[in-house]
Amino acid sequence: MIAHSRVLRSLAVVALSTALVAACGSGDGPGGRAAVPIGGESGSELAERQVLRRGNGAEPQSLDPHKSEGVPESNLQRDLYEGLTSSGADGEIVPGVAESWEVSEDGLVYTFHLRDNARWSNGDPVTAADFEYSLRRSVDPATLSNYGIILHPIENAAAVIAGERPPEDLGVRALDPRTLEITLGDPTPYFLGVLAHSAAFPVHRATVETYGDRWARPGRLVSNGAFQLADWVVQSHIQLLRNPHYWDADNVRLEEVWYYPIENQSTELQRYRANELDMTYDLPFRQLRWIRDNLPDELVISDYLGVYYYGLNVTRQPFLDNPALRQALYLAINRERLTSQITGAGEIPAYGYVPAVQGYVQQTPEWATWTQAEREAEARQLYAEAGYSTEEPLRLQILYNTHENHRTIAVAISSMWNEVLGIQTELVNEEWKVYLETRRSKQTTQVFRAGWIGDYNDAFSFAELMHSTSAMNDSGWEHAPYDELLARAAAERDPAQRAEYLQAAERELLREMPLIPIYFYVTKRVVKPWVGGYRPHIQDYIYSRDLYILKH
Amino acid sequence: MMRPGMGVPSAEGTFATEVKGRSLWVDAWNVLRKNRAAMLSACLIAFMAVLVVIGPWLSPYTYAQTDWDNISIGPDWASRHIFGTDALGRDLFVRTLHGGRISLMIGIVATLVSLIIGISYGATAGYLGGRVDHVMMRIVDILYAMPFMFFVILLMVFFGRNIILIFVAIGAINWLDMARIVRGQTLSLKRKEFVEAAEAQGVSTFNIIRRHIVPNLLGVVAVYVTLTIPQVILVESFLSFLGLGVQEPMTSWGALVNEGAQEMETAPWMLVFPAVFLATTLFCFNFVGDGLRDALDPKDR
Amino acid sequence: MLRYTLSRLLGAIPTLLILIALAFFMIRVAPGGPFDTERALPPEIEANLRAAYHLDEPLYQQFARYLGGLLRGDFGPSFQYKDFTVTELIGTGFPVSLRLGGSAILLALLIGVTVGTIAALRQNTRTDYTVMAVSMTGISIPNFVMAPLLILLFAVTLGWLPAGGWGGGAWNHMLLPVIALALPQVAYISRLTRGSMIEVLRSNFVRTARAQGLPERTVILRYALKPALLPVMSYLGPATAAVITGSVVIEQIFGVPGLGRYFVQGALNRDYTLVMGVVVFYGVLIILFNLVVDLFYAWLDPKVKY
Repeated sequence: MIAHSRVLRSLAVVALSTALVAACGSGDGPGGRAAVPIGGESGSELAERQVLRRGNGAEPQSLDPHKSEGVPESNLQRDLYEGLTSSGADGEIVPGVAESWEVSEDGLVYTFHLRDNARWSNGDPVTAADFEYSLRRSVDPATLSNYGIILHPIENAAAVIAGERPPEDLGVRALDPRTLEITLGDPTPYFLGVLAHSAAFPVHRATVETYGDRWARPGRLVSNGAFQLADWVVQSHIQLLRNPHYWDADNVRLEEVWYYPIENQSTELQRYRANELDMTYDLPFRQLRWIRDNLPDELVISDYLGVYYYGLNVTRQPFLDNPALRQALYLAINRERLTSQITGAGEIPAYGYVPAVQGYVQQTPEWATWTQAEREAEARQLYAEAGYSTEEPLRLQILYNTHENHRTIAVAISSMWNEVLGIQTELVNEEWKVYLETRRSKQTTQVFRAGWIGDYNDAFSFAELMHSTSAMNDSGWEHAPYDELLARAAAERDPAQRAEYLQAAERELLREMPLIPIYFYVTKRVVKPWVGGYRPHIQDYIYSRDLYILKH
Repeated sequence: MMRPGMGVPSAEGTFATEVKGRSLWVDAWNVLRKNRAAMLSACLIAFMAVLVVIGPWLSPYTYAQTDWDNISIGPDWASRHIFGTDALGRDLFVRTLHGGRISLMIGIVATLVSLIIGISYGATAGYLGGRVDHVMMRIVDILYAMPFMFFVILLMVFFGRNIILIFVAIGAINWLDMARIVRGQTLSLKRKEFVEAAEAQGVSTFNIIRRHIVPNLLGVVAVYVTLTIPQVILVESFLSFLGLGVQEPMTSWGALVNEGAQEMETAPWMLVFPAVFLATTLFCFNFVGDGLRDALDPKDR
Repeated sequence: MLRYTLSRLLGAIPTLLILIALAFFMIRVAPGGPFDTERALPPEIEANLRAAYHLDEPLYQQFARYLGGLLRGDFGPSFQYKDFTVTELIGTGFPVSLRLGGSAILLALLIGVTVGTIAALRQNTRTDYTVMAVSMTGISIPNFVMAPLLILLFAVTLGWLPAGGWGGGAWNHMLLPVIALALPQVAYISRLTRGSMIEVLRSNFVRTARAQGLPERTVILRYALKPALLPVMSYLGPATAAVITGSVVIEQIFGVPGLGRYFVQGALNRDYTLVMGVVVFYGVLIILFNLVVDLFYAWLDPKVKY
């Protein structure tokens, strides 16, 4: 999932970063109002009413899985739909609609065997033809999908998206109602993870064809996940009911899930405290201290697959051909201080760019092992080498998109740069869409705030960003050895060797430093003690089907 | 949030009577002096103005400086953070006063902008009368129907937050009321003997407006100004709430109060100090405005 | 009266056209577009999207298309909320905003007129200063401070009222947002009422009524109140505009599914049609409301004749 504006993962919380503060099992509810112990005498008795109320950030753009991209809509869609695969509690791939699969020797052909009891919410069986239709629809330019590009590993996907080939040429074939064959262009180790993404979810063909653009509404929408759509009042709530036809319906305990769109995190927390929500979407980082003091058992902080960094525009002065200056800026940031005193949610100081993804050794420059004082001394030296001094200080602009957290971090970093190097910074905040445009044009930017959340649990989701041809490479960095290593990784079948290429690429990146990693994100929310089955997930995939309400 | 410039609708009616030159001001002063609330408020405003100008020099800190050892601490004498610090360790005393400078400046400048446009437009329409007046007032009517705050929000969202833009945008909305009030006054004034006398002597229209009409409008203007400044300050704080206020590390009362409101339970000092300054100022301006109106209203005696 | 109404309505047409044009072109020249996202779209997809929303046509043609749609009551499809049209979104959002705003104005009138009258009757006494000072809190403390304070006290600490949401418009959901929205208007209305009431109380007919020995209650309610309310009536137009603006903040803080929230979200997302829809809709509303207020004013004030 990308760090979409409406989805801005807030930062923050205190040390003990990775430690997960599990929410379950504590004695009484907020304010000690609960009369019975949570979960009854045994601690595991279920409540009579199995209703979960989730805060969900912004209003979803659409419930059509092929037409949306943000986190709020994905949360809903993971409850409504199920792809061929699904993501397990530890981020591992688990069977979804496909109960098993085989991969050919060369890693290019995947054969999926679908469950015979997979059903749509109207009782129709979910067939291989449904997936064939849906995957084609997802990449068909006529669908106007903005995330179909994530399916690019599938053979001909890029050509179909570009309108050069018809959707029928996509490498997906239904061999029989229960067998689906997907052919890839390159061996892609993370491909099964892509299939758990909403862009690969199936849609009900008859419904889509009957209602056209307006099919994803209550009374019309037919879905194949654990829940079905019951009600949708825009900007107020979306109500889901258990889908009795779901193949694993016997293990789904919640009867209803209510999603509330609440953009304002302070409002969301207030509603949580007033017992109107069972779990929040995010937390206002300014109130973390209060939450730590007052709701310590309900606070859940866990690693998240994302990196917060400052991009440097290397196509312009002062950063053009000036790695020494870029390194000086990197070194002058006191990440420990920033994450402990400013953001404070337990973010991990990032000395490298790629977060802790599966099958990858995180890279850091040697400086990471130095003390901050040593780093700062080195920074001063590099700064002087780059030709700046107290008398002739560097003047810099930091661009960030309008948001409390980004503002705070920009102020802190400009203050650090000023204290260590004497740099004069000017802060420029722009509203999200303007900022994106400014950043992309590379005409005026010097330092710009950025973040990236992995779409799938693989280093490539991060590495591809800085490829010289990437549309998201807003640093304008072009480095042939880096591109070369990425190309080799894409063609490599051996996972260990592939990881080695990607790690080498990251080392190139950190040597050249077209971006300054700052910290790795965490997920943070409060969850009521009576919500059972909650397990943090590296991509924050919290499926409602795993949750239940304890007696309280 | 109110639509700016809407707080003085009765002024038009109140000033419909004749303005009597200098004696009016003497009378008004005598009335105003007896209005304790207004006098106290005026003194407070003066004090506030002096404080925001010289206050920041009284602290060892600057408004943009981070004190890494004292992040988010409450009021504390030992470290000389008498109002405490914010989440970035910046001294709240200096920031509150600095924010006051910005807020008061926005209030005064935006009011002046609307005043200049409003007076020239209204006086011209009222004095020329007839067809010109009709067309000019029709334009004002059209502009009145615009959901202006929406346009301001759009402007700020699309074209970034430039302090000049804030002045101009707010001022440009506010002049409508002023234009209407001034036009009404001018219409009644121009039938007065001294204006007719000047006309008979061949004084040019521009000079009549400048020398006779405008000075006689000062009463309305005084009331209008004191009641508009607090409105503009509130509009600025509203824009700050939407994240469209002044650019960091600069600040304003609106921006500080908005920040403080998010931490009212964790760091109440971040809300209390700027909010007290903001609320006191707004209160005082409104009291002075009301007092002035009472004092300048001949019917009130 | 009918002729007056008709001419006013006709006069509103150019006003509306200017409003629409201004909003339309302002949004279009704004930097950033509805399809800018952090993950850059493949150019082919972006071209398709632009074509689907007619953004590839020349601007004047798009404007004509938009006006044509408006004449049919069609505000176009929402760019952001892809499962809905703007007409539908306004259809669900407006009733909510109307209830919220309408209740706030009624409440503000009720409190404002009462407070203003009391202050006028006790002019320049401690009572006068006290009630006026209290009523002025609404324009001294920004509503984005007042609203969370109310929530903290009544919803979180005391647990009497819900902290947010709309609950289909149940009274307990409405109470706090209505109060927060009404407070600034209370200040203006009470100030207006006080001023005009003082004037009316000095007028001859009130003196006459008093001289006849009528009880003070009757004098105030029967004779003084109606003329004293005239300036308040003419303030209703601006008050409506102010409440609409205020709802932008209040709806966001309380999570109320009204139009104000759509507007801000729409502007941020460059949801051209949604922003246009809200601006145009509110423009029409303000024009109509001003007309109604003027007619009502004429009915109240026998001196005004159309």
